[in-house]
Amino acid sequence: MDMLKKFTHSSLMLPLTALALLLLFNAIFVDGFFKIQVMENGNLFGRPIDILYRASSLIILALGMTFVIATAGVDISVGAVCAISAASCCVLLGGDISGVAQHPFFIAILAGLGVGILAGLWNGLLVAKFKIQAMVATLILLTAGRGIAQLLTDGQIITVYYKPFSYIGGNIPGIPLPTALLIAVCMVLLVIILDKKTSIGLMVQSVGINQTASRYAGINVTLVLFCVYIFSGFCAGTAGLIEGSFIKAADANNCGLNMEMDAILAVTLGGTLMIGGRYYIGGTIIGAITIQTLTTTMYAVGVSSDRLPAVKAIVILLIIVFQSQKFKQMYSNYKLKRKDRASGQKEAVNA
Amino acid sequence: MKLVKTLMAVGLGAAIAAVSVAQAADKITIGFSQIGAESEWRTANTNDVKAAAEAHNIDLKFSDAQQKQENQIKAIRTFIAQKVDLIGFVPIVATGWDNILREAKRAKIPVLIMDRDLTVSDDSLYVAKIGTDSYTEGKKVFAWLDNYIQTNNIKPRNGGDKINIVILEGTVGSSAATGRAHGFDDALKASPNKDKYNILASQTGDFTRQKGQEVMESFLKSNRDDIDVLFAHNDDMALGAIQAIEAAGLKPSKDIVIVSVDGVKGIFQAMVDGKANATVECNPLQGDLFFTTAEKILKGEKVPKSVFVEEGVYQADEAAKVFPTRKY
Repeated sequence: MDMLKKFTHSSLMLPLTALALLLLFNAIFVDGFFKIQVMENGNLFGRPIDILYRASSLIILALGMTFVIATAGVDISVGAVCAISAASCCVLLGGDISGVAQHPFFIAILAGLGVGILAGLWNGLLVAKFKIQAMVATLILLTAGRGIAQLLTDGQIITVYYKPFSYIGGNIPGIPLPTALLIAVCMVLLVIILDKKTSIGLMVQSVGINQTASRYAGINVTLVLFCVYIFSGFCAGTAGLIEGSFIKAADANNCGLNMEMDAILAVTLGGTLMIGGRYYIGGTIIGAITIQTLTTTMYAVGVSSDRLPAVKAIVILLIIVFQSQKFKQMYSNYKLKRKDRASGQKEAVNA
Repeated sequence: MKLVKTLMAVGLGAAIAAVSVAQAADKITIGFSQIGAESEWRTANTNDVKAAAEAHNIDLKFSDAQQKQENQIKAIRTFIAQKVDLIGFVPIVATGWDNILREAKRAKIPVLIMDRDLTVSDDSLYVAKIGTDSYTEGKKVFAWLDNYIQTNNIKPRNGGDKINIVILEGTVGSSAATGRAHGFDDALKASPNKDKYNILASQTGDFTRQKGQEVMESFLKSNRDDIDVLFAHNDDMALGAIQAIEAAGLKPSKDIVIVSVDGVKGIFQAMVDGKANATVECNPLQGDLFFTTAEKILKGEKVPKSVFVEEGVYQADEAAKVFPTRKY
């Protein structure tokens, strides 16, 4: 009973319930949803694998977003940064049909990650140094980002025929699990180690609760803010490489489109509040997987992708209502009343 | 000395004036408002208009609307003020053109619509529409497909008696997606072989590679061993789907016949690589037809209300030959 109570009160309760409901829906309505086959080349094939590897770029984005939101900020530029990262990587590799890369692969990857970090630096500069509201500051790159990506690609969709580039979004030959998933797992481990072994998590929370108090406590608020935006940019750069590799191309218009919203949704679904202060890594990850499960489910039951936002909106609405202070109050009032009534009845019986 | 200089200047000025007057007299001036540069296809469209204007010896006033209707309206108003001989434009959206076209009509400047459709209260507000015919494109897709299946004697992979088709639709509500879907459906219904085909699934992929890939992945999870044919409303979705098919351990163009619409370079490359079967061209090279029609109108000849450009069907076996000549 205590265990159950502990679980229902934990932050993971909501995302896990949502995920469980979705999976239950799939188990009933979608034939063979959980079937996983091993293909001739050793790769795994099935909807659960799809969910995990499609979710990986979202998990990575949401990790960065978690820390930003924990400082009471938000980074809405991540989707556009994905596009810039994919564009710069693809431009350096070049669209040569023979499959020869114009520049070494690692330089192209570094460039993709580099522009992500650069974007993070820019956002950090605006938020930490110039004290611009995070939403407004990151709005600049959200607007400009796709234009920058278009400039890089010259308005074309550059298709990369260089084979190793497709390994990021696909499988490295001989490894049955998708590479994107492995990258996501590495990022999660990195974050967990940082969170547990250093005090950076504590500082982020402290900045999110009260900047002035944090400064008096000796925390370098500017540096902390810089760090979280740079990390978010780095995550966006990584996710951009994965997204680009999925389609082996840089599509400046559509790469990472609306992913910032999915990332924010994943973070809030995971129990992290937009007002900052506390964050839940585990919740974020489950939140991201839940969102991807929702998307995959919609495809599986044949809801077209243009109607997807409506379904997502309903889910967000429900989550926000369940998380709201007012709703929690109403719920506990209701429970109290029931208890009162129950004890009242007992007294009546006793009397 | 001063006098000589003055005389020379006057003479030069007169000469320039004479030349420009002569030019203005025999050269047609056409104002053209393009949507912007959204894709390779649109870029090819723009370049073709500019090249054709030169070939037809037309003074082209080109304006780029950068994806905004108000910019297009502004451009058209400028053209009216400049008293051009004819106005051409690619309507970015279907509605909201009545007022500005009435202004053009009052100024007695004929208007020619290119590439996209529009709805106005009064059809006499424009002389003609030039463009692609998405309905016929859809019909051509089915005609090619039926012919290919019959001549190569392709049998359903699952051993059933019907060829299973999956369709990746374009953006819901767009004229290209609706037209192509209707054309394909009507041709299928009218075909004597209609009982041999079964549409297994049809879902939108929003005309993008990524969505095309995701939706195809989903199709493959449900019906990996049943799908025989993929019809994608544009090449980009087909390109995304090809990767999904490969990831599922199937051979695109062999296990699953792939046909799409547009004819961009990427799909030609895929055909050369043996990963796609055919593409029905959606031709952006409309410049020549546009100016030919414009000249007819200005001479006072009658033109039909809708004029369509020539559009071919390209198969994998001729892709390598055609590829170098493709302009988009």
